[in-house]
Amino acid sequence: MIQVSNLKHTYNRDTSIIFPDFELGKGEKMLLLGQSGCGKTTLLHILGGLMRSQEGEVSIGGTSLKSLGSSEMDKFRGRHIGIVFQKPHFVKSLTVMENLMLTQKLAGIKIDKSAIWKLLDQLNIGHKAESKTNNLSQGEQQRVAIARALVNEPDIILADEPTSALDDKNTYEVIALLEEQASEKNATLIIVTHDNRLKERFQNRIEL
Amino acid sequence: MNLLKLAWKNLLADKLSTLLSLILFSLGVGLISLILLLNHQVEDKFERNLAGIDMVVGAKGSPLQIILCNIFHIDFPTGNIPLKQAQGIARNRLVEKAIDLSLGDSYKGYRIVGTIHDYVDLYEGKVADGKLWEDTYEATIGATVAENLGVKVGDTFHSSHGFSEGFEHDDMGAFTIVGVLEPNGTVLDQLVLTGKESVWAMHDAHGMEADSIPLEEREVTSMLLFFNNKMGNVQLPRFINENTDMQAASPAFEMARLYSMMGQGEYLLQRLAAIIIGVSALSIFISLFKSLRARRYELALMRVSGASPLWLFVLIVLEGLIIAVLGYVIGMILSHGTMEFLSGYLSEEYRYDFTGWLFLPDEGKMFLGALAIGFGAAVVPALLAFTTDISETLSDG
Repeated sequence: MIQVSNLKHTYNRDTSIIFPDFELGKGEKMLLLGQSGCGKTTLLHILGGLMRSQEGEVSIGGTSLKSLGSSEMDKFRGRHIGIVFQKPHFVKSLTVMENLMLTQKLAGIKIDKSAIWKLLDQLNIGHKAESKTNNLSQGEQQRVAIARALVNEPDIILADEPTSALDDKNTYEVIALLEEQASEKNATLIIVTHDNRLKERFQNRIEL
Repeated sequence: MNLLKLAWKNLLADKLSTLLSLILFSLGVGLISLILLLNHQVEDKFERNLAGIDMVVGAKGSPLQIILCNIFHIDFPTGNIPLKQAQGIARNRLVEKAIDLSLGDSYKGYRIVGTIHDYVDLYEGKVADGKLWEDTYEATIGATVAENLGVKVGDTFHSSHGFSEGFEHDDMGAFTIVGVLEPNGTVLDQLVLTGKESVWAMHDAHGMEADSIPLEEREVTSMLLFFNNKMGNVQLPRFINENTDMQAASPAFEMARLYSMMGQGEYLLQRLAAIIIGVSALSIFISLFKSLRARRYELALMRVSGASPLWLFVLIVLEGLIIAVLGYVIGMILSHGTMEFLSGYLSEEYRYDFTGWLFLPDEGKMFLGALAIGFGAAVVPALLAFTTDISETLSDG
């Protein structure tokens, strides 16, 4: 599903990071572990097509990200990649439901409210569908962020420190939901984190 | 969830800023539109009532007052002039046509004008009902007079001395309305027309020497003159002002003077409106710019979800345009509503009809101007949204 080879990124002309090569199949899960400053977020942004790789190759589902023009990249990302960020941000003027509808619309997918309802119910936040995102708790916001990453049924889900702002209880719930949803949609899941609480849950780990 | 709806929701999310921009924008638009409306209607009325009159001769006094009183019927007479002298001027070889006017009385606030039938022809007045006056105490009234006072052919009335209500000539003979004119948008609409003999008869009866004054000693208020030669404009005023007790006033000259006086105020108001619109554009710019900073993560997130940079650009521009279009519409409602409201006062005060239900081509141009300002205020924030680097923005987070 995803292949990473010879990836190298240079900051400020002299600091270079060489990322390990890896390959994941459909539905596989992996943890990318590393302390802050080791380039975790950079790697995630390259994998998610938010940043161009300087050297090396990333291909998702057989499509080389390098080969895509910038507007093709936008479309590809919207359609095939779901990303959960460290801090959840939403379109503040919209409700949870409207945010998810917007996500479908931007990816060029037909808006399907019943699918959104189903997803929100699975994540136990169906009752918050008509709330503005500002009025949600941290844990609820992170669930909505997961819903947004999943709503277009992407082939690959990337999560950047999804649990760093959460307490233990919410951390296990959120990770369980991510795993569960990825399995259900048969999506490849990559979690980037320095959160040692997650270590034992994943056999497939790479240390940066 | 289309772009327009999203832009609208974003504006609603910051109600105070949006409201401020809207109020400023609509005030600026409303003020400009109101100036245009007033200007257009005042000048239109003035032009129509000038009707090619080359000169007005009246008693010594302010020439502007002579014009305002005898052509537009909004100021008081400067006094009377001897009919004989006025007729002497009318016989000058440069004069093609002369119409004398006798003012001084009114009927419920509408001026009674003693004149000849040529005065009706001058404004291309047509009789809607009845006929033009012939005998003493017969009157033909303008359409506005008939409508507002609810009088018709066959009715009779007593005139009042002066131009305000009260002081009725109760003991005098009553006027009989013999005709009503069609409305035609000129000063005729608000006048009560009769022969000058009726005006004299009214005042003779007042004093003691009824029917005893010889024609040579009669007076009129003014005489409207039409020249057959441009030389009249040069020669006659000098002759009249230097050799007689009368005063010659040139409508073209006095109107130019009046417009230039009005123009000062108009100029200031226009500048003020321009400043208000400028401030509103700044307010739109600042609130978009501010909200852009607050919203940079959500803009980046929309990019992550598949939005192109162009999509964000259009979104921000739309927010500016929505304020411009709404501000324009509210401004138009304000200006036309104010005009309609003012028209009641203006017709009460000056007997002139104005309307708020008139739309000028310039107001169409103002719409394009409003769009341009909305776009101009939004384009820089929109470009910033367009060029935002998603990865950098999200790493900040």
